[in-house]
Amino acid sequence: MSARKLELVCPAGTPAAFRAAIDAGAHTVYCGFNDETNARNFPGLNFSRDELGASIAHAHKKGAHTLVAINTFPRAGAVGFWHKAVDDAARLGADAVILADIGLLDYASKKHPNLRLHLSVQAAAANSDAIAFYARAFGVKRVVLPRVLTVQEIAAINRDIEIETEVFIFGGLCVMAEGRCSLSSYATGKSPNMNGACSPASHVEYREEDGELVSRLGGFAIHRVGASEPAPYPTLCKGCFEAGDYKGHVFEDPSSLDAAALIPQLAEAGVTALKIEGRQRSRSYTESVVRNFRKAVDDYAAGRPVVAGALRDLTEGQTTTAGSYRKTWR
Amino acid sequence: MTKKFSLTVGPLQFNWSADAFSDFYARIADEAPVDRVVIGETVCSKRTPFYEDRIPAAIERLQSGGKTVVLGSLAMVTLEREKRAARELFEQTALEVEINDLTLMNWARPPFSIGPLINVYNEATLAYLAGQGAKMFCLPPEAPFASVEKLAAAAGECGAEVELWAYGRIPLAISSRCYHARVHGLSKDSCQFVCDKDPDGLTVRTLDGADFLAVNGVQTMSHNTCNLIGDLDRLAAAGVRSLRLSPHTGDFVAVTKAFADVASGAISGDEGLTRLRATAPEAEFSNGFLFGACGAAELTPA
Amino acid sequence: MWNSKDIPLFPAVGAAVLRFAPLTPLSLAGAHLVKTLIRRHPSLFARLGEQADKTFLIDPTDLPFAFRLAPHVDAPSLETVRREDAGAWDARIGGPLAALLGLVHGVYDGDALFFSRDLVIEGDTEAVLALRNAIDNEEIDLATELTALLGPLEHLAAAPARRVSSLVGSWFGVALTREDERHA
Repeated sequence: MSARKLELVCPAGTPAAFRAAIDAGAHTVYCGFNDETNARNFPGLNFSRDELGASIAHAHKKGAHTLVAINTFPRAGAVGFWHKAVDDAARLGADAVILADIGLLDYASKKHPNLRLHLSVQAAAANSDAIAFYARAFGVKRVVLPRVLTVQEIAAINRDIEIETEVFIFGGLCVMAEGRCSLSSYATGKSPNMNGACSPASHVEYREEDGELVSRLGGFAIHRVGASEPAPYPTLCKGCFEAGDYKGHVFEDPSSLDAAALIPQLAEAGVTALKIEGRQRSRSYTESVVRNFRKAVDDYAAGRPVVAGALRDLTEGQTTTAGSYRKTWR
Repeated sequence: MTKKFSLTVGPLQFNWSADAFSDFYARIADEAPVDRVVIGETVCSKRTPFYEDRIPAAIERLQSGGKTVVLGSLAMVTLEREKRAARELFEQTALEVEINDLTLMNWARPPFSIGPLINVYNEATLAYLAGQGAKMFCLPPEAPFASVEKLAAAAGECGAEVELWAYGRIPLAISSRCYHARVHGLSKDSCQFVCDKDPDGLTVRTLDGADFLAVNGVQTMSHNTCNLIGDLDRLAAAGVRSLRLSPHTGDFVAVTKAFADVASGAISGDEGLTRLRATAPEAEFSNGFLFGACGAAELTPA
Repeated sequence: MWNSKDIPLFPAVGAAVLRFAPLTPLSLAGAHLVKTLIRRHPSLFARLGEQADKTFLIDPTDLPFAFRLAPHVDAPSLETVRREDAGAWDARIGGPLAALLGLVHGVYDGDALFFSRDLVIEGDTEAVLALRNAIDNEEIDLATELTALLGPLEHLAAAPARRVSSLVGSWFGVALTREDERHA
């Protein structure tokens, strides 16, 4: 019996990373415009209209697909800005747009009936009925599943729904239901949902204090690490805090998702595509992660064993977890 | 004197004992000058069995106290039994339902309400949901004032109303992981319901010693208590029609009375604030999401 | 657990010699290099946006001096400075020379170097991020940029420069040319 071929969906924060992803074997690349319409709105990152057009053309020449993430929630009074992003992605030949907001999905489905719609993980559709709502109401063709489900739950969802599923396989790990988290907004006043950046760099401060590296977000201490410990991102949900008698990582350890070992189970659970997180990372990261996972996906399809765990050095905390895919994580 | 606002008591967010639950709703029913009460488990479905047999009596008492009762849905629906329970909210009662997870859109029966945990950030989303039968929108607590003004106007055009989170610790995030269990060294499946130890949530401090967040089972909340009692004039001017007061321990009826008195013009916002400081001396108040630099900002006067 | 990347340090002997090197010629060459870079990579500015107004201290911790980079649109500059009189800066990026060159050449991932503590950043985090991302997109090859300084003689120097830098690079384990160029 030959195993199913999985689609590898890879991140690109710059045109250079986009080309690196294609060269390394990405079936599909996802990216966003250089503004608050996408959820990785970091300085110096993302694509102008011209850059996106050229990148999509490059992908098509190489037989790859491009997905454009327009996955923030439009600000009241500025909906037109997000509409324009959808219109431009369609005009530039995007193979699909990844959306989260109901109003924007409604707009895209009516204005661009031939444009393929994917439901962003930011919509946090975590069960088959929620997914069915988006499929029925807006004609969504694929859902990116929240990183809160076990492999068994993913299999059950795939039995119940008629559209494709895409799951995260590697990279940063949200502990909270995505698109439903105001922690960063609470500390900084910048909303990931509306402004597109969790832990925005403008509010991050690193300082050496008493031989420790202290990181603060909006003035709140998130970590103190000694000289010989790995440095984490200043994301709140991976911070070190005190609660009652407990002192430590109240929410999650600073580790990253690596579910390479679960590729066979995810394929058997009916998943269509595997997604690599990391549009904010360098082209060097993109190249090595994509190359590794393309090999893993090809190995699985050819019935060869899948080698996992080769990428630990690239990950936050330099430790990895299979996250919610294994139930013990909860 | 004309009443500017309708007052809503939001769903109890914490794991209180069944007796505390019944007592709380009995007092609200008999003494609180509020219009609507949203009741039901929004945080963790594992808590429901402890008090669900008390809900019918609570609803009855609230209704005989002249309150409109609305059923609140779970914030994040994943399990089969959670989906079933969500569906039954519509199928087994005639009461209005407040939707906190879009899963419920499959069965929604107009008119329904949209809770603060649904992402309604813009006019288009509001109009879509209003088109499906939503009549009341409690906006996301992080929505800035500029958005509130536009959303209130948009709601008006759709024949709907907006409500704001006006009092109580703010829900900031929801997870499939239980943090109460985690800080007590337990797994979620054998959590021993330790969240009952903290009837207002467990404060999370930074390593600098600053009170920052609060843990409530699978939910993460603000340490600060949102308090918009000093802001009612500008909220009224913005077209906000309803205020949500989220239950806490202590004299919560006094909280509802303070808001009712300011809303009716019987006392000033400053007087209301003074009263609330006396009622909840340990709470640190904030209106930061609406009027400050960030959600955690200190209370800024109007 | 945690591994520092095996990033080679600049040889101590070389660093000691450089301690007494006059900085003015280096600064003049730096200014010229930055002007050429900017002419050849206009999209660098588009990516930097308003962060181009900031001043960066690029601090190779294994060298006796650092670089003060001001990628200002109108008057870009790259000064070589002694650490003690580096003056005011908005953001500092510190690490072994090999790490910094590796970042420019796309050999290393900036976040991974940060996690492993091989890279230290201070000050304006937003500016650092913008610079890192802007440079990463340009696929800069410093050997090519240096030969570009020669203007019309560029094509004569390109191949020998690449051979020399590749040779020097392999001695010290430093990426003196772009990753894909080395593989080519």
